[in-house]
Amino acid sequence: MRTIEDIERDIDAPICAPPGEEAARLLAFGEEIMALWLKAHGQEPTLETSEGFRLLALHRQGARGDPGFNACRETCRELAYHFNLLHEPGEWTKAPQQLETMRSIARHLALFIGGKLENAKMGEFCCAAKPLRLNSEAN
Amino acid sequence: MTLQDPKLKKIAYYPGCALEGTGHAYNRSTKALGGALGLELDEVKNWNCCGAMEVKNVDPKVQTYLSSRVMSIAANEMGHNVVMAPCNGCYHNLKKAEYDLTNDQGSRDVVERISSKAGHKTYQPGQVETIHALDWVKRAIGEEDLAKRVKNSLKGVKVANYYGCMYTRPRHIFPEKDKGAGTESTSKPHFMDDLLAAAGAENVDFALKTACCGGAHTLSDSDTSTKLVVNIIKAAEASGAEVIATECPTCHSGLEMHQIRAEKKFGYKSKAKIVYFTQLLGMALGLSGRAVGLHENVSDSIGFLKARGLG
Repeated sequence: MRTIEDIERDIDAPICAPPGEEAARLLAFGEEIMALWLKAHGQEPTLETSEGFRLLALHRQGARGDPGFNACRETCRELAYHFNLLHEPGEWTKAPQQLETMRSIARHLALFIGGKLENAKMGEFCCAAKPLRLNSEAN
Repeated sequence: MTLQDPKLKKIAYYPGCALEGTGHAYNRSTKALGGALGLELDEVKNWNCCGAMEVKNVDPKVQTYLSSRVMSIAANEMGHNVVMAPCNGCYHNLKKAEYDLTNDQGSRDVVERISSKAGHKTYQPGQVETIHALDWVKRAIGEEDLAKRVKNSLKGVKVANYYGCMYTRPRHIFPEKDKGAGTESTSKPHFMDDLLAAAGAENVDFALKTACCGGAHTLSDSDTSTKLVVNIIKAAEASGAEVIATECPTCHSGLEMHQIRAEKKFGYKSKAKIVYFTQLLGMALGLSGRAVGLHENVSDSIGFLKARGLG
């Protein structure tokens, strides 16, 4: 199984395919990152899609019971959004810029999930507001 | 000029602790901007910590109480019905307290009990509306009037607007957002973009405007935070940005500190200037760099902005 570092290296690899294919490759990296997290937590990554994207279904699967995943929800959605942009022929003139943007989004997902694999509480302190002490003694 | 929303002429101001420390430039520039726009800020008397991340994660109901006390003073002792919190953390926590008190009897019981012990009136949900500094300028003045007041246009300044996480997440505590035209979006926030564009700035298309900067892990796991911040800065620069505009003291100091750490630790040097949106708007309205606290930023943007006729 590839590691997050392997995927990060591939994300940063030079563009060598037509924009649509390159966009699909970057989206697939996003799915692979999410699948890594799920497998590391004993779950079988879903093959289903949400709003047409497996990435969003994988995010939803990871977020179940883990509100810290809120922190990468928009990152996943941005990746899907830019994939769509790169499948609009009219947008191809902007393809190098769009691909660079998509690369930075995929890299961010890798960094966030990589960080969360080391420290599962990432995203829980802030975005999710999940209490560490669930049975509050203040009650 | 008349205000778009006269209710916002004089409101309660809750700076929170960060604005008295690392975020002092944000405090200074927010007050200066209010003065330049003819808006009055009445600081909440004897305010306390909102519960920040620490209390919230140990005991969320105690955080709810702490935030409710701030709102109670504003409403019951100062007679305000709007509280403005420029810090994303404070804004988020006051909103969360409002949500919890509206929806959770357990939270109401705890707040009632501690408020009575502390000897002040218990905050009742709905007594005040909590707004962010972005809502304040957008709703009180609006883009059209703001554009008319600009003395030094931000024209040609390429800006990536970074909103951070707590301004929009979790979505359920911000019921007023995502309501269509004119309201803020939780997935693609735009209020800062709108205001800076009105002052002449050229906003770049920036995909990581709400991306995680690892802020809460900045001390326990500094390398992860630095890498996340580097990616945010790299993405902003790749989009053509010269300036990253911020609206949160934690985001701001995180970007500034990790920008420096990235150079020392990973040899990554970036040129992007980190500036509060209130500083940019203040200078666009003719205020000096000193008046908006540019000298208090760690990121040195004074020369860059001077060259653009600002500050």
